[in-house]
Amino acid sequence: MIDSRNRRGTAVGERDETFEIIRPGHTYESVTSKIAGLVLNNNISLKWLAAVALFAGIGSVGIFAILLTLLFGVGLWGNNQPVGWAFDIINFVWWIGIGHAGTLISAILLLLHQNWRTSINRYAEAMTLFAVAQAGMFPLLHIGRHQYFYWLIPLPNSMALWPQFRSPLMWDFFAISTYLTVSLLFWYVGLIPDLATLRDRAQHRFVKIFYGMLSLGWRGSALHWRRYTMLYLLLAGLSTPLVLSVHSIVSFDFSVGIVPGWHSTIFPPYFVAGAIFAGFAMTLILAIPLRATCNLRDLITMKHLENMGKVMLATGLIVFYGYIMEVFFGWYSANTYENYMTFANRMLGPYAWSYWALILCNGLAPQVLWWKKSRTNIVVLFIVSLIVSVGMWLERFVIIVTSLSFDYVPSAWAMYYPKPTDYAIYFGTIGLFFTLFLLFVRALPAISIAEMRELILHHGHGAGVSEHGAAPARH
Amino acid sequence: MSETLVHREAGAGTAPEERFLYGIIAEFEHAHDVVVAADRSYQAGYRKMDAYTPLPVEGLSEALGFRDVYVPTMMLVAGILGCIGGFGLLYYCLGISYPLNIGGREIVSWPYYLPITFECTVLAAALTGVFGMIAINGLSQPYHPVFDAPDFELASSSRFFLCIEHTDPHFDRVETRRFMETLGAAKVSEVELRK
Repeated sequence: MIDSRNRRGTAVGERDETFEIIRPGHTYESVTSKIAGLVLNNNISLKWLAAVALFAGIGSVGIFAILLTLLFGVGLWGNNQPVGWAFDIINFVWWIGIGHAGTLISAILLLLHQNWRTSINRYAEAMTLFAVAQAGMFPLLHIGRHQYFYWLIPLPNSMALWPQFRSPLMWDFFAISTYLTVSLLFWYVGLIPDLATLRDRAQHRFVKIFYGMLSLGWRGSALHWRRYTMLYLLLAGLSTPLVLSVHSIVSFDFSVGIVPGWHSTIFPPYFVAGAIFAGFAMTLILAIPLRATCNLRDLITMKHLENMGKVMLATGLIVFYGYIMEVFFGWYSANTYENYMTFANRMLGPYAWSYWALILCNGLAPQVLWWKKSRTNIVVLFIVSLIVSVGMWLERFVIIVTSLSFDYVPSAWAMYYPKPTDYAIYFGTIGLFFTLFLLFVRALPAISIAEMRELILHHGHGAGVSEHGAAPARH
Repeated sequence: MSETLVHREAGAGTAPEERFLYGIIAEFEHAHDVVVAADRSYQAGYRKMDAYTPLPVEGLSEALGFRDVYVPTMMLVAGILGCIGGFGLLYYCLGISYPLNIGGREIVSWPYYLPITFECTVLAAALTGVFGMIAINGLSQPYHPVFDAPDFELASSSRFFLCIEHTDPHFDRVETRRFMETLGAAKVSEVELRK
């Protein structure tokens, strides 16, 4: 039933790719069994196990480094005076930024009626949760006296003190907690009907009970669906300003301060665009192996990859505009320190290598995506995504380290060098992230089954054709 | 009244077997068909019914007579309370409990309060929406009589069901079944309560 008119070869061998949102010919049953089959099969793939072992191994090195930090203090890191923030905040902002793409895909693209979000929103939202989980560790780890982390919570206490509510760091505490909670709830609510599907298709008793409990006894009642869809739309509507506000608040960590190179009003929109940029890069890095290894090319098609490439290009241009504006401010502000920071320090100073690498990775590399041929080439997309991920990390490095190491007064200048624990924690979080993602792909449906059925219902492609070959209904 | 409560009406039905009958259920292959069927059932006067579908079908809940807007209302109220609560927290802590005069600036510097106020609004609305939806839907409910209907596992993958419950005033074991057989269903069956 595959429509040969939609077959279009891509640059990667003779792989049969489609540019439709879903390959024509799929029915409710075929989509359900394909996605549910990834979870409910009894084989544990050796490749999957090897991948989990690899990333869990890397992750455990990170956990060990975290343990050392808790035992021996932040002195184990490379942070010094004046560079009081380094890898900790770079990684924090990097991970949070990555998380934002998931919410954008789930929430914002839903409100914009972009149907191509359907097959990617589940795993992208999972990516958000795992990224925020990694990010959340850093604010807790980077405080000097870890035992007092609870002082951030505004509870009445014996010292009659309150936290510094006027600080962006407190705003971060509220924003990240809210973001994690709302993302988790949004993701779980979306999962409920799919968990019911898994419950009904599971063969093994314990598996059935497990998914049965998690699905809360969902039976697809029309009354329940009514309230469910209202909630889902409203959560999407809440998540949209939440995404914008959370990364704006994270940008306030810098822009509210008076450090040269930080104190700029372009930070909120520039950070939000940068977050979406980095997030879509990570979404592509996850999508490409996922669709290949789990045989999901029918559902996550070239259209999705191409659209993600387009979003990356657009947000990359906004970020590039941000860089150009920063250079402009350095000159136009006539402020000696801003001028020095932009030209003498970032472009020509001791960390100039990072600045120019940044321009290359984030400014030049994504320009390749203007050409459809490269946007539809899987290898190019994957490489550009990797480069962009590195570039976004470098961006936070440039912002934080170059500004802090050489700010106003020369007597406060000092170089920053990361130490092994810094690297260990960073790569550890990468390991943990991929481990969690691999576990997710095995235990839960990586694509939203209920929403894929809606796609089939509303967009033809053999809509509702039963296995018995009954004619599709008119809509 | 929760639609999940099932009454064992001793003596309400004409035959002793009705005590164990939950309702009559019809199975459809297409979303459109179940909406038409629901509409016709509503026109015929049935009110205590529900449909079970693997995806949300537009127009179905209205055809069945469900028109509530509890979820948006709850979320709005919760959002407003969250907003007042968040701002109130900061107003109390920074304005009343421990005010600090920093360079003669405003004690209640409200622009600084806005990020936290906004986050509290969103958090309150989201938490209330989710737990409220779960509560009014009566979830978590691992068992419901309709799970025992034949083919019901397909309700979560590819089939659409309409069930008229025995608590409906117009319900009659024979008449209702005859009516449902005219709806164009692939299959019509009885749903029994598990003993």
